[in-house]
Amino acid sequence: MKFTLNVNGESRSVDMDPQTPLLWVLRDELDLKGTKFGCGMSLCGACTVHVDGTPTRACVTPVSAVAKASITTIEGIGATAIGGKVQAAWLDVDVVQCGYCQAGQIMSATALLTRNAAPSDADIDAAMAGNICRCGTYTRIRAAIKRAAGLPMTDTREGPPR
Amino acid sequence: MTMSAIPEAATKSGLSRRGFLKASALVGGGLLLEFHVPNVRAAASAKGEALNAYIKVMPDGIVTITAKNPEIGQGVKTMLPMLIAEELDVDWTNVRIEQAIADGAKYAPQFAGGSTAAPLNWEPLRRVGAAGREMMVRAAANAWGVPASELRTGSGAVMHVSSGRKLTYGELAAAAATLPPPEPSSVRLKDPKDFKIIGTSVRGVDSPLVVQGKPLFGIDVAVPGMKYAIYAKCPVFGGKVVKANVDALKSLPGVRAAFVLRGDAGAAGSTGPLDRLVDGVAIVADSWWLAAQAREQLEVEWDEGDTARDSDARFAAEAAKLSRQAPATYIVKSGDVDTALASAARVLEADYAYPFLAHATLEPQNCTASYAGGKLEVWAPTQNPESNRTVIARTLGLAPQDITIHLTRSGGGFGRRGASDYAVEAAAISKHTGVPVKLLWNRADDIQHDFYRPAGFHHFKAGLDGHGNLVAFRDHFVTPGSGDGPASSAFAGPDEFPSRFVPHMEFAASFIPSGVPTGPLRAPESNGLAFAFQSFLDELAHAANRDPLQYRLDLLGEPRILDSKDDRYGPQPDFNTGRMRGVLELVRDKSGWDARRKLPPGTGMGTAFYYSHMGYFAEVVQATVGADGTVKVDKVWIAADVGSQIINPTGAENQAQGAAIDGIGQAFARINIQNGRTVQSNFHDYALLRMNQAPPVEVHFRRTDNPPTGLGEPALPPVIPALCNAIHAACGKRLRRLPIEQGTLARA
Repeated sequence: MKFTLNVNGESRSVDMDPQTPLLWVLRDELDLKGTKFGCGMSLCGACTVHVDGTPTRACVTPVSAVAKASITTIEGIGATAIGGKVQAAWLDVDVVQCGYCQAGQIMSATALLTRNAAPSDADIDAAMAGNICRCGTYTRIRAAIKRAAGLPMTDTREGPPR
Repeated sequence: MTMSAIPEAATKSGLSRRGFLKASALVGGGLLLEFHVPNVRAAASAKGEALNAYIKVMPDGIVTITAKNPEIGQGVKTMLPMLIAEELDVDWTNVRIEQAIADGAKYAPQFAGGSTAAPLNWEPLRRVGAAGREMMVRAAANAWGVPASELRTGSGAVMHVSSGRKLTYGELAAAAATLPPPEPSSVRLKDPKDFKIIGTSVRGVDSPLVVQGKPLFGIDVAVPGMKYAIYAKCPVFGGKVVKANVDALKSLPGVRAAFVLRGDAGAAGSTGPLDRLVDGVAIVADSWWLAAQAREQLEVEWDEGDTARDSDARFAAEAAKLSRQAPATYIVKSGDVDTALASAARVLEADYAYPFLAHATLEPQNCTASYAGGKLEVWAPTQNPESNRTVIARTLGLAPQDITIHLTRSGGGFGRRGASDYAVEAAAISKHTGVPVKLLWNRADDIQHDFYRPAGFHHFKAGLDGHGNLVAFRDHFVTPGSGDGPASSAFAGPDEFPSRFVPHMEFAASFIPSGVPTGPLRAPESNGLAFAFQSFLDELAHAANRDPLQYRLDLLGEPRILDSKDDRYGPQPDFNTGRMRGVLELVRDKSGWDARRKLPPGTGMGTAFYYSHMGYFAEVVQATVGADGTVKVDKVWIAADVGSQIINPTGAENQAQGAAIDGIGQAFARINIQNGRTVQSNFHDYALLRMNQAPPVEVHFRRTDNPPTGLGEPALPPVIPALCNAIHAACGKRLRRLPIEQGTLARA
């Protein structure tokens, strides 16, 4: 079945089984390999893209469900003001270890900051809990989100006072 | 089984330079041989001049440095070139990094494992850079007709101070490349106080590409004409294909081929299922999704074999039984434990156990291979390229030199990518079909066809004298293995603390045969042993009514050097009690340990120390146990002594923080084996730590006058017992069995 997708502001035509997950359309048909495969069951967040601005797991989203939507991937997120700030903050804080999850982390973080310009630590936890970082860079992801938001980078969760 | 080419010595504890030089002859295998710096010159051209295998200088002064080791997230693609750039004396902004291909002749040792990159390369790669610098100086001396001793370098240029003359490396490169390279051992290295790059925080060189989603990883490889492959194996380890409906699959949409591959169980030189091809069904299709759809229709009759009787429950029951019987062997036997226990003022006895664990790299195992005309090209996210070459050559009957291996970035390693199973599968499928293929495992393949951190069981008995001092210590360790000895990464050495610190000690072991593959997971052996030993040590401190941190300091005693008695992997470095005392005292001060009694009810601090991979680590965890019996990890403090120099501080801190978070994740994780197969299949039942569960981690380095050592692993082991000890402090419940089960930690 033919679909015309709007990906990162461009019109892209594909001919696919309608049930094909968006992840594999992006990676193997459109050669946008920044969106990653981690679990195939919406459990790890490595495949997070924006569908009409909403963070969405591409691994469980059939291509037919997004045929009329505006899709933004990690390759296009830098063109948005907040996405560019988030990418810059990721570099400033030197977040990356292996880097495999970071596209998904950046997509989730950008969606968070787009709807909440000054997230609390609890807001960050809630928005980012769906994105696994196997290397454990959470400390720096948290700091980078705050940096992108122009907030102090201190972690406010240090437990009960003494 | 063993990993054929990552020396066990490297995967276990790393090696001192002394140990390394001695051990190379023992482990052999062509990998841990002396460091090569061959003189590879390019013809004069606009492409720049190659000074040696690592350094190329362009006419405009841009320097390309080869990163030799696989990048798996540990930061070596940045850190190792920093060593060369420092001694070459160039500005980091003018450095470009190129990933080496697998080439044992040029770049050995070329692997990621054992936290060895820093200790093995600290001096050799600085000598590579210094040799390049010396060639530039001699080229300038020739050009000006002045003695080299009058010349200085800096920022990629040679200066003659008295005449004010200056030539850039770009200008000198063509002349320098015609000079004979100096003997690396003869070149002069900088005084560390003159370092300009080493010791500064340098961001990961690939990070700008990572945050833009550029294709860097094995899974991103695309080659012309490439098809996509899936390889379905028996759910029971070692099972064989009896028959499969491959003909039915061939007519499904997009499927190009479907066939059975036979494993080569008896292959000469093969040491186990990770080092050879095992039976399976290959499905090759136009897209990976279509191959995955076809797999849904796959029907296989398997011969499951004897391993179908294995289970972790059987292991646990058998271990409890064996631990009360005479052991198979002794790791340590000193003094007279029975007599000392009989006369001890107090005797403590406890069983500790920990489960199998998977690696679960976030990038599932994958490999791209292209076979044509007797030659094979491979793009592998691997920690161990030369092992890939050996296994593929043996399995497919190829000459090793006919295999080209490109090293891609890996989406995590943790030891998993030291094995060659997925690489030989891709190679065999490409050879069978004659087309380039990208093999990609799904998450269930990855979790269920891993090799695992072995489960372990410890039956401890210890005696204290009237002052609470430890006088006798016994452990019966039951671990996967056979009559011949332990399975891979399933053992311990005679240096295990408190060995050498207690007058009477027995450390005994028994083995349980198992068909479940085991192998190194980040901080192998140590990740389980630290939990058991450092938790039981905490019990002793409490029984003695002493501060658990001070009790450890007292056991370590005066600063002194103790010889290693562990020769399992060749000579190991000596143990310096002063270095361990130093980090314990540092973490005590940084964490506010002495004020921990002011913490509110339900909140506690625990501590542990552990020595692995030549690193001295002491850690404190603060945790709060709620009325609902769940624990929240509030914070972790790490104090580390990895020598005189933190090469890249930002990377070092990131590694230590990540290791602590990884360790906390391990404490809550388990792999179950039932009927010879892994129960868990994805992140819903094999949970990894998430953002909302990850505590802040504070890292402090104590610099001592010792050669720099590695950071990928040694921060991990102590965090697990420190957490369990914190839970005890918070709620009174002593955790002797991992994983920690949320909701069960009712306050005592």
